[in-house]
Amino acid sequence: MKKASIFAPFKGWKYLFQKPVTVSMDDIFKHPRESQDNYRGFHVNDWDKCIGCGTCSEVCPTNAITMVERKELPDVDGSKPERPVIDYGRCCFCALCVDICTSGSLSLSKEYLYNSPDPEDFIFMPGAKDITGRDHKEGYVKTESSDLLDLVRKPMEHVGAEERKQSFIEIVRGFSREQAKAEASRCVECGICTKTCPAHMNIPEYIRAIWEDDLEAGLNWLYQTNPLPSVCGRICTHKCETACAIGNRGEAIAIRWLKRYIVDNMPDEEYEKVVMSQVSKKGEGKVAIIGAGSAGLSAAYYLGTLGYDVEVFERMPLAGGPMRYGAPKYRLPDDVTTHDIAFIEKLGVKIHTNTEVGKDVQYADLQKKFDAIFIATGYPHTRGLNIPGIENENVKMAMPFLAASTDYETGRGPMPDVADDVVVVGSGNVAFDVARTLVRFQNEKYGKSSVKMLALENETQIPADKEEVEEGGEEGILFNLGYGPQKIETDQGGKLTGIEASKCVQLFDEEHRFNPQFDHDHKIVVKGKQVYLAIGQMSDLTFLPEDLKNEVKFERGKIVVNKDAQVRGIPGLYAGGDITHGMDIIHGVADGHTAAVGIDHYLRTKKD
Amino acid sequence: MKQVKLFLGPQHPGMHGNSSIHMYVEGDIIKRSYLLPGMLHRGFEKTMENRTWMNNIGIIPRICVPEPDPNEMVFASNVETLANIEVPERAHWIRMLILELARLAAHLMAFGGCGGPTGLYTAMYWAQADRDGILTLFEEITGQRIYHMYIVIGGVRKDLPKGIEKKILAYVDDLERRLPDYEDLLLNNPTIIARTKDQIMLPAEVVWELGVTGIGMRSSTGKAYDIRKVAPYARYDKVEFDVPTANYSDAYTRIRFKWLEMHQIIRIIRQVLVMMPEGKVREKGLDGNALRWQVPKGQVYTAIESSRGEFGYYTVSDGGINPYRVAVRGASFPQGLLGVERYLPGHRIDDAALWFDTMGICSPEIDR
Repeated sequence: MKKASIFAPFKGWKYLFQKPVTVSMDDIFKHPRESQDNYRGFHVNDWDKCIGCGTCSEVCPTNAITMVERKELPDVDGSKPERPVIDYGRCCFCALCVDICTSGSLSLSKEYLYNSPDPEDFIFMPGAKDITGRDHKEGYVKTESSDLLDLVRKPMEHVGAEERKQSFIEIVRGFSREQAKAEASRCVECGICTKTCPAHMNIPEYIRAIWEDDLEAGLNWLYQTNPLPSVCGRICTHKCETACAIGNRGEAIAIRWLKRYIVDNMPDEEYEKVVMSQVSKKGEGKVAIIGAGSAGLSAAYYLGTLGYDVEVFERMPLAGGPMRYGAPKYRLPDDVTTHDIAFIEKLGVKIHTNTEVGKDVQYADLQKKFDAIFIATGYPHTRGLNIPGIENENVKMAMPFLAASTDYETGRGPMPDVADDVVVVGSGNVAFDVARTLVRFQNEKYGKSSVKMLALENETQIPADKEEVEEGGEEGILFNLGYGPQKIETDQGGKLTGIEASKCVQLFDEEHRFNPQFDHDHKIVVKGKQVYLAIGQMSDLTFLPEDLKNEVKFERGKIVVNKDAQVRGIPGLYAGGDITHGMDIIHGVADGHTAAVGIDHYLRTKKD
Repeated sequence: MKQVKLFLGPQHPGMHGNSSIHMYVEGDIIKRSYLLPGMLHRGFEKTMENRTWMNNIGIIPRICVPEPDPNEMVFASNVETLANIEVPERAHWIRMLILELARLAAHLMAFGGCGGPTGLYTAMYWAQADRDGILTLFEEITGQRIYHMYIVIGGVRKDLPKGIEKKILAYVDDLERRLPDYEDLLLNNPTIIARTKDQIMLPAEVVWELGVTGIGMRSSTGKAYDIRKVAPYARYDKVEFDVPTANYSDAYTRIRFKWLEMHQIIRIIRQVLVMMPEGKVREKGLDGNALRWQVPKGQVYTAIESSRGEFGYYTVSDGGINPYRVAVRGASFPQGLLGVERYLPGHRIDDAALWFDTMGICSPEIDR
C-alpha cells in the first residue's frame, strides 16, 4: 500500500490532456452513436412472413403486444389477417417476442432513439420499417439457442417396413401419456388449425386438455364437432397440420396422433358418459340419411343429439362406407370404426344395412315417410380408363378390390385373386392403399412382392400424402412416374402382359384444368399380370327419381348446396360429403354437422 | 434538544434514492432512523408467481439494477436444479464472464460512488465512464446495456459475438492500468482518509447478529466467506483468485476492499477467456414451447456471491407453468433494513449516505 499524500489525488490532472470521454450534445445530434450489432431496439415485422398467430402477444411479459385485424390482408389457410401492434409505453425490450415468433418474421432494429409529443405515436404496428421510420440496421435476431419454440416432433413409434408388409397389422403405435403430453406442450394455441379444419375442430382446446391431462374435457371438445374421432385420429387428411404455425420453421404438431391419443385412452364407460352428455333437447321429426359414410354418420349423430328420429340406409352389409370398405386395416383397424359407430347407434340412430335406396327401398317412399332427407352416398365407383384392351378381365377396379380385401382382412370373406406381378395405375391415396394392400397379399401368398405404380404425375406432383409415398417405397413399391397409360398389352391368347404408357409432358392446361398431354415418342411398357385402376372415384346418384335429378344443380360433377348443406332450390333435401366437396373424410364430418344444423333449423321453422 | 425529522431520499443523488430513510435528528446526530421501502418497485415476488418461467426474465433483472445478472443466474440455477437440466460447459464459462463483468461494473459504481457523499465527484465521473465501457460490452453480448436478460434457463440466450474476447481483454487491460490512479484519487487521498478511517464501523458482533455477508463480513470478521469459494457454482472451482479479508471494518476498509476485489475480478476474467471451451450454449431441457414449460414439483434455494454478498432465490414449483413461490434473499437486506434501524442512529447526518454506500446496499432487493 502506497503512502497517503496530499498530492496523490492531483495525479488525476494528467487526464486534462487526454481525449475526453464525454461528448457534447452537439456531437450527439450530428453523429449519433450506433448501437452494437445485437442491440434490442425497435420492432420490425416482415409482413410477408408474418402469419398473425399472436404468439408474440402471448409471450410478452408486459402485455405490450395486441393483435389487430387488417382488412386488406387475405384471410387464407395457414394465417390470420392480424398483425401485432406494440405499445412502447409498456414494452421492456426483452425480445421474447422475437425468440418465440413462429414464422420468424419479427426482429429488432438497432435504433434506440424515438421522440414524439403525441403519446398515441408510441402505439405502433411495425412493418418493414420500425417506429422511427428511418432506414434501420438489423439488431437482435433469434438464434437456435434463443428460440423458444419446440420445433421437433416427439417420435411416434412405427412398425418397421419388413414386419408390416407381411400382414395388416396397424403401422402407427400411438403416443404414450408422456409422449402425448410432451407433444401437446409444443402447441402455441394460435387456432390457425381450427380455421383450416373443414369441421373447425377445437384443436387448441383438445391439445390443451391433453397437456393438462384432462382427457374427459378433450373428448368433449372432440365430440362437439366430430363424432368419428377414432377414425379421424388415424386417417384424417390433417389439413390442420399443413396449416400449423409451428410448421413454418419446424415440424407441425402431430394433431392427428394427439386426437387418436384421447380416444384410445378413454375407458368405454367414461367415453359413453361424454358422448351421451352431448344430447341437448328433444327435436320432433324424422330424418332419412342415405349412406353411412362419414357425412351420413356425422349428420346422424348430431341429429340424434338434437332428439330427431334418424334412420340411415346403407347398401353394404356394414356401416362405415370407405372407413369400413376403403381404408386398409393397417391404417384403420376395423374395431376402431365399429367403436365410433357403436356410440352413434347408442344415441338411438337406426342404421339399416344391406338396404340400397332405389332397389330395396324406393326414394319416393322415403320422401313420404320422412320430413327431411340427407344424401351422403359418396364416391362408390372407380373411374374407368378409355384405352384399348381395358375390358380385359385382369383389369381390376380399386373400390371393389379394397372392399373385398377388407372383408378378407377382417375374416368376412376370401382372399381376392391377386397375381404375383401387378401394376397399379394412379398415385393418389387410394392408389397407395391398393398398392400397399397388394404388397401384403403377395407377401402372404407368394412370399415376395412385385407391385409397380404407374402414374401421370411426377415426383413433385403426386397427390398422395408424403408418408404414403415414403412408406410405400419402404415396402417395396416400384414407381413409374410421369407416364400416362395408352394401351393394355396382351399376348396372343388375350392374357394380360402389361400396360403401355407414354411420357406425360403436361398435366394441367393454362386454365388449370386437368388436360394431360403426351409425348408418344417416349413410351414404356410396364409388365404385369394384373392392372389395378385407382385414378379417381365418382358418384352414383341413379337412385334419385328423374324429375328430382333434373332439379338438382351440378357444378364440375358436384351437387350445388347452400351453406347449410341444403340442395339448392329443394327444401327438405340436403347433401354432403364427397358428392358436394370431393373425397375427404373430414369434409364429410363437417358436412354432416352442417346438414344436421340446417335440418334442425328447417324442421323447427317448418313447424311454426 | 428538539428532535427534527429528516428524509434521506427518495431523491438522494447517491443512487440510493429509490428508497427513503426517515431520520429523527438532534443537532446533526441521528437519534432514530428507519427505512421506508416501496418507492421503486412493487411486489416482484408476487408478480413472479403469475408469470411463466421464461416470462419472468422480463422482471428479475430489475431486482438489482446496477448488478442484474446474479438475479438471472440464481433464477436459472433453481429451475435447472428442479428440472435436472445439465447446462452445457461453455455456458458455465460464459455465465462466469457475465457475472464477473457485472460485479466489476457494480464495484466501479459503488467505489466511485463513494465520491458522491464525500464530495469528490471526480471519482464518480471516472468510475461511471469506466462502467460505461462494460455496459457497451454487455450491449454487444446481450443486446442491452442494463437489463441483459441473458442468463436463462439451461444456459445463456446466445453465444458470444465474434471477437468479443479481444474487446474484453482490451477493456480489462486498460482498467487495470488505471487502477493505481483510482487508488491515488480515493484511497491515498488524505481528505477521504480523514473522512472514512475509523468511521462508520461494522463490528463482527453486528455481522453475526444481522447476517451481513459479502465485503462487510469479510472485512470485519476475517472470514473468507465468499460463495464462489465455499460452495462454487458455474466453474469457479476451476479458476484461481484470492478473497481479501480483514478484522477491522471501517468505511475506509470497505471502500478499499472493492478496489482490491476489482483486481481479482480482472484476474478471473483473464482465466475465463483462456479456459472457456467451444460448444453449445443452451440446453432447453423442458418440454414444449416456453409458454408451456412446466418445472417439476419441488423447492430449492440457490445462493451466489454478488458484489454485495450472498444473493439467493428460494423457488418453489408445484409442477406448473409459473413458479408457485419465489423469495429473494437480497444481499443487502440485513444491513439495509435492520442495520438502518439499529446501527445508523448515533452517526452524523452526513454519514448516512456514506453508511449506505459502504455497506453495499441496493434498495430494490430489499424492496422486492
